[in-house]
Amino acid sequence: MDYIAEGLVQALNLLLQGDPETFSAIWVTLRVSTASILASLILGIPPGFLLGHYSFAGKRAVRVIVDTLLSLPTVVIGLLVYTLVSRQGPLGEFGLLFTLPAICIGQTILGLPIVIALTASAVETLDQRLPALLSTLGADRKQMLLTTVWESRFSLLAAAVTAYGRIVSEVGISMMVGGNIKWYTRTITTAIALETNKGRFAFGIALGLVLLLIAFLINLVLNVLKKRTQV
Amino acid sequence: MSSFRLYAALFFLTFCLMFPAAAPGQSLMMATTTSTDNTGLLDELAPKFKQDTGITLKWTAVGTGKALEIGRNCDVEVLMVHAPAAEKQFVNNGYGVERTQVMYNDFVIIGPDRDPAGIRGMDTKTAIKQMADEKGLFVSRGDDSGTNKKERALWDEAGVNPPARAKWYLETGQGMISTIRVAAERDGYTLTDRGTYIKYEHSQGGPVPLKILVQGDPALFNQYSAIAVNPDRCENVDYELAQKFINWITSGQIQAFIGNYKLLGKQLFTPNAGN
Repeated sequence: MDYIAEGLVQALNLLLQGDPETFSAIWVTLRVSTASILASLILGIPPGFLLGHYSFAGKRAVRVIVDTLLSLPTVVIGLLVYTLVSRQGPLGEFGLLFTLPAICIGQTILGLPIVIALTASAVETLDQRLPALLSTLGADRKQMLLTTVWESRFSLLAAAVTAYGRIVSEVGISMMVGGNIKWYTRTITTAIALETNKGRFAFGIALGLVLLLIAFLINLVLNVLKKRTQV
Repeated sequence: MSSFRLYAALFFLTFCLMFPAAAPGQSLMMATTTSTDNTGLLDELAPKFKQDTGITLKWTAVGTGKALEIGRNCDVEVLMVHAPAAEKQFVNNGYGVERTQVMYNDFVIIGPDRDPAGIRGMDTKTAIKQMADEKGLFVSRGDDSGTNKKERALWDEAGVNPPARAKWYLETGQGMISTIRVAAERDGYTLTDRGTYIKYEHSQGGPVPLKILVQGDPALFNQYSAIAVNPDRCENVDYELAQKFINWITSGQIQAFIGNYKLLGKQLFTPNAGN
């Protein structure tokens, strides 16, 4: 129990005194997780919409595959991205291993299935009469799409929050393809793993609390956003 | 399709915003062992290197086996590792240019103070045999690191093979400090480099449960060397930067600095470049 109390005190100290190592890890975490969630949403919402909205042959098979990918372990993604971006790999010429874009690629792969699956479910559970209503009102395809997305905005927000939660808390990808390089690719989670190894448990707990605080602030902002757009 | 283009632009923008062009100045990527990183030596050396040469040193700390693999894949410019036999092989295979000695310390066998297998003060060979016979719990790195390679060589020399699976032989698959911690929690023996052991004592901030029981045997010598990754094989690596680093770390001033790096008043590494 001592460690937890000590960690709480230390978390406050680190934040208030602007400890450069802590802030570097926070900044890296925020940058890379924001890029990853945006990429996941940009790449994931359209296919999710298609999957939920249209009926086609093999639709159920695709759903099963997407749902299976929800349990893709981060270390497997890490390994996959590692072999892709290593100098000996197919994307080797870009020199991405041990950089933030490499982590971002991995985290996007992590977030994508969540966004696709939850978007598809959200669109599926919308009122079935909506498309009919929209076409009666003379909506074209584009208006139809935008309206459907708008109507399912709360579910999409929930999808984003879920995916972000997974992305910001993962450690396997960041550790394997980021390399935990101090000042550059050390995220909050890889720093916690390192500090635990070194036996600085209180410092590790402090970093964990910082991560929770970030999650809390983001959810707070989203909640306000949700209130604002409610009719 | 304009909406597609808009989409692509948005995606591109996301990346540009998050990852502005690389930091100014040159940077050198190194793969090194957990022992040099855990001791905190690199945290001291990196800013000095930046000050002296303007080059940013970035490193990833993994076991020596993995570090050599990363070098073979051309993913770093330089290695600082401690498994002489594997290093010579690495250079002979043309993966690295040259092996330059930087510093040494020694391995020690640590274990619980009450020493259930009774190895205190023995020479390495007898101690190893004794541990196998007495079935004292031994905690191994099990990660193909330099320390793990050394440990396996010691078992070989003593003529006992640790069983692939036994109750008294644990493989952690983790770094040195974590492995010491496992040994401490499980009341077992382990092989560690002296530097990491001192760091462990330092971080505990008080008396530690594991004591040095076997030391001072020539068989326990632990040499650290730097190797530049071969630019003939790896077009992307900057050989000049790697060479600059090796010249710097073997220079008189930095060698003296390494010799003076102490925790709890104890020296962690002895510089020996040029010997």
